[in-house]
Amino acid sequence: MGVVPLSYVDLVLAATLVLLLAGISFALSLGITRDLLIGALRATVQLLLVGLVLKVLFAHASVLWISVMALGMVAVATREVYARQQRPLAGSWGIGVSAGPLFVSSFSLTVLALLIIIGPDPWYLPQYAIPLLGMLLGNAMTAVALGMDRLTTSAVQQRDQIDARLALGHPWQQAMSGLQQDSVRVALVPIINAMAAAGVVSLPGMMTGQILSGTPPMEAVKYQILIMFLIAAATGIAALLAISGAARRLFDERQRLRLDRLQPAP
Amino acid sequence: MNSILEIERFASRQHGLGNVPLSAVTLAIGAGELVTLSGPSGCGKTLLLRAIADLDPSIGTAMLDGKHRDQYSGPEWRRRVGFVATESAWWTARVGDHFPTPPAGDDLSALGLSAVVLTQDVSGLSTGERQRLALLRSLGNRPRIILLDEPTASLDHESTLCLEALVRAYITSTRCGVLWVCHDLTQRQRIADRAFQVDDGALRQVDKTEPKWVLSH
Repeated sequence: MGVVPLSYVDLVLAATLVLLLAGISFALSLGITRDLLIGALRATVQLLLVGLVLKVLFAHASVLWISVMALGMVAVATREVYARQQRPLAGSWGIGVSAGPLFVSSFSLTVLALLIIIGPDPWYLPQYAIPLLGMLLGNAMTAVALGMDRLTTSAVQQRDQIDARLALGHPWQQAMSGLQQDSVRVALVPIINAMAAAGVVSLPGMMTGQILSGTPPMEAVKYQILIMFLIAAATGIAALLAISGAARRLFDERQRLRLDRLQPAP
Repeated sequence: MNSILEIERFASRQHGLGNVPLSAVTLAIGAGELVTLSGPSGCGKTLLLRAIADLDPSIGTAMLDGKHRDQYSGPEWRRRVGFVATESAWWTARVGDHFPTPPAGDDLSALGLSAVVLTQDVSGLSTGERQRLALLRSLGNRPRIILLDEPTASLDHESTLCLEALVRAYITSTRCGVLWVCHDLTQRQRIADRAFQVDDGALRQVDKTEPKWVLSH
C-alpha cells in the first residue's frame, strides 16, 4: 500500500484553516496575526524548496552534494542557537562553541547509524542520511540553545557568588559546578520528556509518517525507538561539549570570570 | 622593612564609574601592617582591590612575598591574597557548607557569633552577621594579605570594634598585611598603621589623623 497522494487543492483547503485562525486572532486583536501568517508562509516556501533540493539530491546520490547540504544544515542550526540566546559568547567563539559540538555529535551519530545500525546501500543513501541528520541536528540544536542560554544568563545573575568562590581560591570548575550541571539538565529535559511521553501522549512524527506511507506499525516503531536513542545520544553529547566549552571560555588563563566575553546586554 | 605585597604602576583594566580612574598605583604593604585606603565613592577603590585579588584583569606588576604574580596560579594567588567584598555572597543555603573546616569557636565568639550559626540558613542572618562570617570564611585560607572593602559598613559600633580587634589579632599572630578600605575617619585613626587617600586618580599618603577629607556619603 502506498501513500494516498495529496493534490494542491487539498493543501489550499488546509491553508484556509490557518487563514480562519488568522482572522479570529485579528478579530480578538491577539497581536499574532502577522507572525502567524508569516510563519505559515515561511514554512510553505522552505518546505517546497527543500522538497525540490531533496528531489535533485535523491536523483544524484553523491557524497559531495550530501555533505554540502549537511554543512548548510549545521550552519543554519548554529545561527538558530546563537539567535535564541540572550547574551551569547561574543566573536568567533560564540559561533564555534555551538557549531563544533553540533557538527561532531550529529555527524558522528548519523554516520554510525548509517554504517553500523541501518546499513542502506550505499551507506550515504540520501533518503536515509538527510532525514536522520535533520532529526539529530534539530534536537541537538534545541538542547544546545537551551543549555547555553541557561549557562550564560545564570553566570550573569550569579556573578557575585562565582566571584566570592573565586576570591576564596576555588578553581573555576568548582566555582561553576552547580551552574554547569544545571545547564546540562535544562538541555536534556525536552528529550527526556519526549521519551517519557512517546506513544502514550504523542505519536512521534517520524513514526506517524512511516505508518501513513504504509510501513507496518512494528517496523515504524522499531525505527522510532532507534531514532529516539540516537537523538538522546546526540543531544547529550552536543550539550555536554558545548556547555563545557562555553563555561571554560567564561574564564581566562588566570581563572577570572570574564563576563565581558559575552555580548553586551541589549 | 620586608614587604609582603608590592604593586608597581598597577591599575585595574576594568572601567569604573569615576571620571579619573585610579591608575599607576605603587604601594607596598609590610608584614604585620594595616594600611587604610579612603576616597570618595566611585574613585576606583573597589576595582583596585579586585584587581589586586586578581579577580579582574590589570596592568602593572604585583608581587607577593618577593615572587611575581605569574609564578602563582590564579587560585593560589587568591588563596594568599584574600578579598572580602562589601556585600558577601553565598552559594548554598546553609552557612556551614561555605567553610571547608569549621572556624574556631573563639573566632566566632570574638565576633559575637555562636557555633549554632553554622547550622543555620544564610537567608536568616542579618547583613552584619553575614559580613562577619565572610571575613572568617576568608581567614580560613590563612591569607598573607587581606583586602577588606568597607568590612564594617553594615555593622553597629560594638560589632565594628570586635571585627577590628579580630583583624588586629590575626595580624599579630600571622604577621600578615591588610589593606582596608575605610570611610570613617575615626575608624582610620583607630586602626591605621599607614593611611592613603585617593586624589585625582592617584594615591597620596596622609597622616591618619588628617581631617581634611570629607565623607562622601
